[in-house]
Amino acid sequence: MDTIKHYLKSFLLWELLIGLKLTGKHLFARKITIQYPEETTPKSYRFRGLHALRRYPNGEERCIACKLCESVCPALAITINMKEREDGSRRTTLYEIDLFKCIYCGFCEESCPVDSIVETSISNYHFENRGENIMTKEKLLAIGDKYESQIASHKTSDSIYR
Amino acid sequence: MFENIILLIFTVIKILIIVLPLMLSVAYFTYAERKVIGYIQVRIGPNRVGPFGLLQPIADAIKLLFKEVLIPNNSNSYLFIIAPILTLAPALSAWAVIPFDKMLLLSDINVGLLYVLAMTSIGVYGIIIAGWASNSKYALLGALRSAAQTISYELGMGFALAGVLIIAQTMNLKDIVLAQSGGIFNWYFVPLFPLFIVYWICAVAETNRAPFDLAEGESEIVAGFHVDYSGMAFAIFFLAEYANMILLAFLSSIIFLGGWLSPFQNIYMLEDLFSWIPGIIWLLAKTSIFMFLYLWFRATFPRYRYDQLMRLGWKIFIPVTFVWLVVVAIMQQYKIGPWFYGYN
Repeated sequence: MDTIKHYLKSFLLWELLIGLKLTGKHLFARKITIQYPEETTPKSYRFRGLHALRRYPNGEERCIACKLCESVCPALAITINMKEREDGSRRTTLYEIDLFKCIYCGFCEESCPVDSIVETSISNYHFENRGENIMTKEKLLAIGDKYESQIASHKTSDSIYR
Repeated sequence: MFENIILLIFTVIKILIIVLPLMLSVAYFTYAERKVIGYIQVRIGPNRVGPFGLLQPIADAIKLLFKEVLIPNNSNSYLFIIAPILTLAPALSAWAVIPFDKMLLLSDINVGLLYVLAMTSIGVYGIIIAGWASNSKYALLGALRSAAQTISYELGMGFALAGVLIIAQTMNLKDIVLAQSGGIFNWYFVPLFPLFIVYWICAVAETNRAPFDLAEGESEIVAGFHVDYSGMAFAIFFLAEYANMILLAFLSSIIFLGGWLSPFQNIYMLEDLFSWIPGIIWLLAKTSIFMFLYLWFRATFPRYRYDQLMRLGWKIFIPVTFVWLVVVAIMQQYKIGPWFYGYN
């Protein structure tokens, strides 16, 4: 009986008609395409993108060269040199992140006791020359200055979960 | 002499009137294909070039025109170049006998159906020559597959059309359409339903379309016979393939769906209501159903395995059509409806 049923089914193209019905339904389904440059998918405030170094509102850089980020970095992407400044405070003389090594894990941001190094939500950036992958202290501070309000608001949004 | 020249000019104009819209519809058929498949895959398809992406096929055509036609070193360059032409020429010449309306056809020959069948089969020579002249493993394998497939499915298709010939008692495409006049139930897809289905599946296989597109199976033989072609030579293969698809869609609607006849014939009120629509609109509407089916099939079915393809052609279609052919012949002989409605 089952064999007859099977024969009849395959002879009447039953399975194929079911397949056609399924794709026919999808033809009228709502399309999920996102028109990329005009539209983007929503991004979390925890998104880990390009790095930045922050400053205090009075303009003093936050980083105290504790080197916690350097030691926690699993990809060894951070290099820090430190020297005492004239006023006696600990400051970095060299703060570099190699973006080719960085795996964007966010450990540096979590380890930072003064919220200095952060990962912004910038995800679109590119390099045109060799060596541009090394983010120097000046570049990182400039990004921090430019996006300070965004970084601050993201930090506040996240603070209730920490 | 002078009259001959006038006749020649008129014929050339008529040919252009058929070929130019055909080329345009091929271009927009590729657009429709990308759109329909996109929609079925819950995407939106091309929409960047022009409003709704309507200029996309033009952009594609221009791109292909400006690309270099590469001729491989080890190929037989004469055959390599002539192959696309051999594919396109039969695909276009078959259009000569397609009746678009009662008076709207290029040549009214009595063996129209046979001619179309012959022309669609000749196209495979271009494919074989292309595969052989490329001097590449993939191209040769694709060409062999394509040839074997076309020959196998030709049989099923021929048998299906023989059923039509028995009922219509003519090979003239115009007369086949006229024999179907008198309402939707007189169309041949009703008495010949199994043959209709077999014919349509064979038509998909004949044009090497999914799910029967083994000739170009990307995963194993890259692109089949046209793997070494580029630029305009490739575009001509493409053009021939799509012209053939549209041709077979036209043929199906002419043979089985009553061509240019209105579906409301012999229905009170509706017949008068729709009598202002010219026949060619009905024909195009019927054809677009089949053209859509091509795309729907492609988006739905996975490719056949080669042995399955051969089994389907030889061990299923030929027996089925043969049995139904006998049934039709007996019904016609003893004048039993719905197969026989009086020879008009």
